[in-house]
Amino acid sequence: MVFVLVSQIRFILLQNRQGKTRLAKYYVPLEDSEKHKVEYEVHRLVVNRDPKFTNFVEFRTHKVIYRRYAGLFFSMCVDITDNELAYLECIHLFVEILDHFFSNVCELDLVFNFHKVYLILDEFILAGELQETSKRAIIERMGELEKQE
Amino acid sequence: MASPPPLPSSTSVLSSASSLADSLFQRSLDDLIKSVRSDPSSEPSIIARSLSEIRREIRSSDPLTKSIALQKLTYLSSLHFHSMSFAAFHTLELLPSPSPQTKRLAYLAASLSFHPSTTELLPLATHQLHKDLTSLSTSSSSSSFPFLPSLPLHLLSLASSADLSSHLAPDLVPLLSRSSPLQPKAVAATYRVLSLCPSTVPVLFKPLVDCLSSDNPLTVSAAVGAFCELSAPPNDPAPYLPLAPEIYRVLVNSRSNWTLIKALKIFSRLVPLEPRLGTRIVEPLSKFLRESQAKSLVLECIKTVVSCLPTHTEAMRLAIDKIKELLSSDDDPNLRYLGLQTLGMLAPGHLWALEESREVVAQSLTDPDRSICHEALRVMMAMTLQENSIESCTLLVRQAAKSDPEFANEILDSVLTSCSKDFYELVVDFDWYVSLLGEMARIVHCTKGDEISRQLVDIGLRVRDARPELVRVARELLIDPSLLGNHFLYNVLSAAAWISGEYVEFSKDPMELVEALLQPRTSLLPTSARAVYIQSVLKVLTFSCNSHIDESSSLVNDTVIARMLSLIEMTVGPLAESEEAEVEDRVRNLLGVVRLVANIKDLSGDKDKDGMIYEVVRVMDALFSDEMGPVSANAQKKVSVPEDLDLKDNLADLSEFISDNDAAMSRSNPSILFYPQSCNASEEVEVGPTSVAESTSLKEHRKRHGLYYLSTDKETTEPELTEDYPRVNETLPLSNGDTTRRVKVTKLRPTVVKLDEGEDLATSSSLSTKVEAMKDDPLSGAIKDVLLGKKGNGASSSFDASSSSQGKGKDKVKGKEIKSKKGEEGESKDRHKGRRKHKHRKEPAPPVSVAQETPVIQDFLL
Repeated sequence: MVFVLVSQIRFILLQNRQGKTRLAKYYVPLEDSEKHKVEYEVHRLVVNRDPKFTNFVEFRTHKVIYRRYAGLFFSMCVDITDNELAYLECIHLFVEILDHFFSNVCELDLVFNFHKVYLILDEFILAGELQETSKRAIIERMGELEKQE
Repeated sequence: MASPPPLPSSTSVLSSASSLADSLFQRSLDDLIKSVRSDPSSEPSIIARSLSEIRREIRSSDPLTKSIALQKLTYLSSLHFHSMSFAAFHTLELLPSPSPQTKRLAYLAASLSFHPSTTELLPLATHQLHKDLTSLSTSSSSSSFPFLPSLPLHLLSLASSADLSSHLAPDLVPLLSRSSPLQPKAVAATYRVLSLCPSTVPVLFKPLVDCLSSDNPLTVSAAVGAFCELSAPPNDPAPYLPLAPEIYRVLVNSRSNWTLIKALKIFSRLVPLEPRLGTRIVEPLSKFLRESQAKSLVLECIKTVVSCLPTHTEAMRLAIDKIKELLSSDDDPNLRYLGLQTLGMLAPGHLWALEESREVVAQSLTDPDRSICHEALRVMMAMTLQENSIESCTLLVRQAAKSDPEFANEILDSVLTSCSKDFYELVVDFDWYVSLLGEMARIVHCTKGDEISRQLVDIGLRVRDARPELVRVARELLIDPSLLGNHFLYNVLSAAAWISGEYVEFSKDPMELVEALLQPRTSLLPTSARAVYIQSVLKVLTFSCNSHIDESSSLVNDTVIARMLSLIEMTVGPLAESEEAEVEDRVRNLLGVVRLVANIKDLSGDKDKDGMIYEVVRVMDALFSDEMGPVSANAQKKVSVPEDLDLKDNLADLSEFISDNDAAMSRSNPSILFYPQSCNASEEVEVGPTSVAESTSLKEHRKRHGLYYLSTDKETTEPELTEDYPRVNETLPLSNGDTTRRVKVTKLRPTVVKLDEGEDLATSSSLSTKVEAMKDDPLSGAIKDVLLGKKGNGASSSFDASSSSQGKGKDKVKGKEIKSKKGEEGESKDRHKGRRKHKHRKEPAPPVSVAQETPVIQDFLL
């Protein structure tokens, strides 16, 4: 049985300029080979775009909203009808949280702490839905989780 | 940057002696990452080695070793695309671990790698998930791990199956009801569970609705989001209409922009179903548009107003002002893009607004950013009407010539599609359009040759007045030798050749045409195109000979004909041995005719000798002089069966006859067809069933029933029969194009022959709505049941999970619900319905509460 799940966010990708994926979270079921293809295509789409261009590109029948921070591209795939500006803010919020958590985050932090990055992401987005929009609240929660470890 | 100590290595030192040896040799996650990064070129081999290590380690009985192995595997799998499915069982083994870190790890691995289609082991996790979901109610683990349920919630939302969802749905209810940090998460998981498994609706829906009125703004936000997703297309938004009052309350009270955006989205789906809702939300919408600083909210308001409230002039004016503001933000390409997008939404109702921004749109077409160009193109096409079609399309085609291949073809595609819609509704001046088609074909990267050629021929068939121009354009295309090398254009060229042949009477110089059609580079064309070329040569030749005889054309005289004939003989002669059947066939026909008429020497000569040649020429010309018209798709249906023709009987006779013959005979029956004996313009008239083996009995049968079988011979034609069948090419009764519409246009729009109105209207729209209605019927049906059933029950009712009574109730109530949804919600109906439902369960609330509840909805809407 195949379920067609409608999800606000379909996937989130963090990729560097060379196309290496630093984080991939999918909110819809995809095979491994499909994931590979998707990541390759998204990378090709965003890496060649001029910084002066819009942050929204069409991707298959959806939309990818992306932004580049230093050497990393943060991409979110959403529905065509979704509010682009809102998701741009969402990406920015995620980056701010990572920055706070890792104190001036750099790519290497994400590489060596990938499970923590998933943790943060999960606090803030569940089932493709944005849960928490307050930076403070997420950081507090992460602090509590840290204490447990 | 002090990162927290890597967890595996510090805890591994404290482990028991027996596993000490193991863990000392086990590489931690950090080690793994470092080794992968150390040598990029040998990365695959390092990964392969690690994978085999992991396979070994994961089977160990020591949980720590296992968990480290799992952690490494998770890393490798998510970032390097290796399947984790072999570890599924081990992941499950680690789920019950008492240590929070291990648990977390296991859940992470599970949520990343499990999926019902790939992991059959998912049901084994049911009990563990159940334990973890309900852990808050048991005192043992609640203090040490207050957020434990969030883990299974994540897993449920990502990797659940219908079975799992239905088993665990009851466990979600306490999480939904209690206000806690977990509540929003539970809401998000609930929406997933609901969409996967509609049978959980009775259990979960009411708690979900209650979350809308929760004190926790996050819960409210999550709930609104959940309903937003549940009502999104392709699902049916109708069942959520009763929730409108609550969502309105959220709209008015919420401070969070995210929540407001989602609430607006829900309304944008509900307003089309219930226009009175539109009147209610106009006020808050206008307030947002005027006052809000958040561009995302303003954007959503604009979208909602434009799509759902086009009649509220004040709100529309506000929205359009905002759109203009967006369009004029030069420094922010995002805003410009969004301005274009929302501008496009204004068509076709508010074209005046689009017109005002025409400049900006035209300028955006040339923007280097592909996204902006696309939007601009869409807006341009939406703005194009009959009045400005010439201007718009010329501009677009010119832009296409300057653009990169992909965008150029997109432009061409949209111009071609919109101009040909509704039998060329948009085109007033066909001469201009035909020359535009020719121009399009010459654009360097054009790949739309198929469509262009189809339209050229189609216009030739339907629009008589455009034929001279078509022939002119065709001539230009044919003469140009450079086009013959372009393999994208060969069907355009064959269309051009066909047009030149068919409408040769409009040609100014037949000799030039023949030269063009026979030029040496035509050998580059594929067979199909060459066949058309040669056929056209035949038509031109026939025409020329005929006009020579008639002395109707000054261009065609003895020498010209002679030249033509010799040219044909010379160039086409060698092709008579061609390997391709199509080409060879036509070449032979052509050469046959050439040799026949080669003897025309003298016009005023001996009539006797040339008499036969004249006859031949006349007959040939007559063959080609029939006008070919478009054939309607329903033509066959319109052929009325003549009265004296008894179809059924005839075939019944045949069947008894055929059974006498051998099997081979009966198998070839389908080839016995009715062929209307008409003069087809094309001379390859299929002369009846040739594949039927003639056995004596069938021959006799045919002779006897000659009335029903049209003979293959021209001489034995029954004349009255042919009259009965309208010829295939005859244009059937039709409605002509509107010639009197645009008074101010200097040239009257020529008649476009349409056959069936709406012939090319896609039936896909009706199909898709049918499909949409079929999909998710169980979900929306279930929700309808619950919502309308809920009103009958009053505020305090406990939902039994007894599905059997529910099922019965559903069936009985459903019929009534559909009726009551459509009309006004009469109190009596509800009460009646409520009472029927009450039969199956204890009577919690008296019917009075029902009466109280329905007026609320009605008041709200008025």
